[in-house]
Amino acid sequence: MAYTTIFQPTSRIYQYDLLQNEMNRLFDNFFGSQRRTRGSGVFPALNVYQDSDNIYVTAELPGIDVNDLEINVEGDTLHVKGVRKLPETDKNVRYHRQERGSGQFSRTIHLPFPVNTEKVSAEMKLGVLTISMPKADEAKPRKINIKTA
Amino acid sequence: MAEKELSVDKKEIKNSQEFTREGPVFNPEVDIYENDNELILVADLPGVEKEDLDIDLNESTLTINAHVKLATKGTLLYKEYDIGDYKRSFTLSNVVDQSKIQAELKNGILRMVLPKAETAKPRKIEIRT
Repeated sequence: MAYTTIFQPTSRIYQYDLLQNEMNRLFDNFFGSQRRTRGSGVFPALNVYQDSDNIYVTAELPGIDVNDLEINVEGDTLHVKGVRKLPETDKNVRYHRQERGSGQFSRTIHLPFPVNTEKVSAEMKLGVLTISMPKADEAKPRKINIKTA
Repeated sequence: MAEKELSVDKKEIKNSQEFTREGPVFNPEVDIYENDNELILVADLPGVEKEDLDIDLNESTLTINAHVKLATKGTLLYKEYDIGDYKRSFTLSNVVDQSKIQAELKNGILRMVLPKAETAKPRKIEIRT
């Protein structure tokens, strides 16, 4: 049969894929510092920042009601889940474009340090969520005094 | 129309006119739909404050320009998305009554109502027998 070969992993298409992946990897490494982040297929995208006392996690969640959002922290694991509801439109509207997504989402990330779960706070501003988590005492930087003999 | 799934796909503008400010510029995601009386445009503009949003109507080109102030604390550890300004233009037909356009920005969402001109509204034509 003519089409069976296509499904074999040794087919030319598959090999081309492997080659392309390899090329992408090389380019990614080479241009790593200049490349912009691309859509990762997960929602929401998270950025993580730190200063000496806190870890901050931010996410762009425009139009999401804080009541539809649930944030859990356990030790060094952060869970963010929720739902984005778009207001219902009348049945007789005609769409020209529909690019904005809706539905449920859930993310779990491991934080680089344990955090003080009692003092985690979150703020939604202009559609951007910021979760502030104080580092646990053992994760804070410590100044070490050097004794002179 | 079927609902679109949630995804992160910020589309950076490339190979167009350059901007004076350094940094990425994105095309915001929009929904545009119409009913009998108006055209509605909804755009996701997370991180944009009212005073940093500029909506310009020139001839029949509607341009949304939005600046995002960097408000993050600390140093970056891990990055999944880029932060930058937003810009997108649309050509409006003369179906829209340009003097009555309204815009509202709330929780990172811009909602514009563009009323249709009287002449463009559907009219029912009565057939006499």
